[in-house]
Amino acid sequence: MADPMRIRAKMEGDKTVVRVLMSHEMETGQRKDSAGKTIPAMFIQEVTATCNGKTVLSAQWGTSISKNPYLQFAFSGAKAGDKVVVSWVDSKGDKRTDEAAIAA
Amino acid sequence: MTQEINQGRRTALKTGGATAIFGLFVAAGLVRPNTALAQAAGWNQGAFAAKGVDGTVKALGGATPAQTKDVNWGSTPEIAENGAVVPVSITSSIPKTESISILVEKNPNTLSAVFTIPPGTDPSISTRVKMGESSAVYALIKADGKYYVAQRDIKVTLGGCGG
Repeated sequence: MADPMRIRAKMEGDKTVVRVLMSHEMETGQRKDSAGKTIPAMFIQEVTATCNGKTVLSAQWGTSISKNPYLQFAFSGAKAGDKVVVSWVDSKGDKRTDEAAIAA
Repeated sequence: MTQEINQGRRTALKTGGATAIFGLFVAAGLVRPNTALAQAAGWNQGAFAAKGVDGTVKALGGATPAQTKDVNWGSTPEIAENGAVVPVSITSSIPKTESISILVEKNPNTLSAVFTIPPGTDPSISTRVKMGESSAVYALIKADGKYYVAQRDIKVTLGGCGG
């Protein structure tokens, strides 16, 4: 199981701004180790963010997203105290879900 | 030393051949790519494997996209010091934006990410991508069923592939 994500959700006017920092190697499958063997690809493929049961962002990623991915987006229709839930699935089927309450 | 290099070459040739054969199987429908590689349901294998901007747009299901100026690149730099971490920020001002994709022309696989923007979410995302070398980066916007593209050239002073 991967390390937890760091999620910050904050009200800015009537919008909720969400910043997520995930902990993931995002291995491209193009690098080689010291023995010359290709390191197999392992990267986050799908990211979903929901708030109050409604999907507020979904994404599909390839190998070229940076290691320990960062993501920022904003949505309306939520209030302080509501929970933002972010989850990802990687190419090995590993999963991680974390949540954060929206700060005022 | 020479031997080592040759060894490397052999392996490369072998794996290359295996991939080609595997590709044939996929083409023939013998092996479905979805089952061959463990992957998330719904992940668009074809689009992420596509090469070149035109090929990627086609794989995403779009016709030739129209050029647009209604894209704000926010804090995206023109010169990135480190290709492993290039901040990209895209805001679309096209009404009814449904999705935002990031394409890096000279990466081994052009498509970096596809963000689906449901109603109520701002058509604006920021993330960080890897770039192997200086390249044109495209924001592909799908709005009201149509595709639009905006281009930004980013210079990389240190490559992002190979750590």
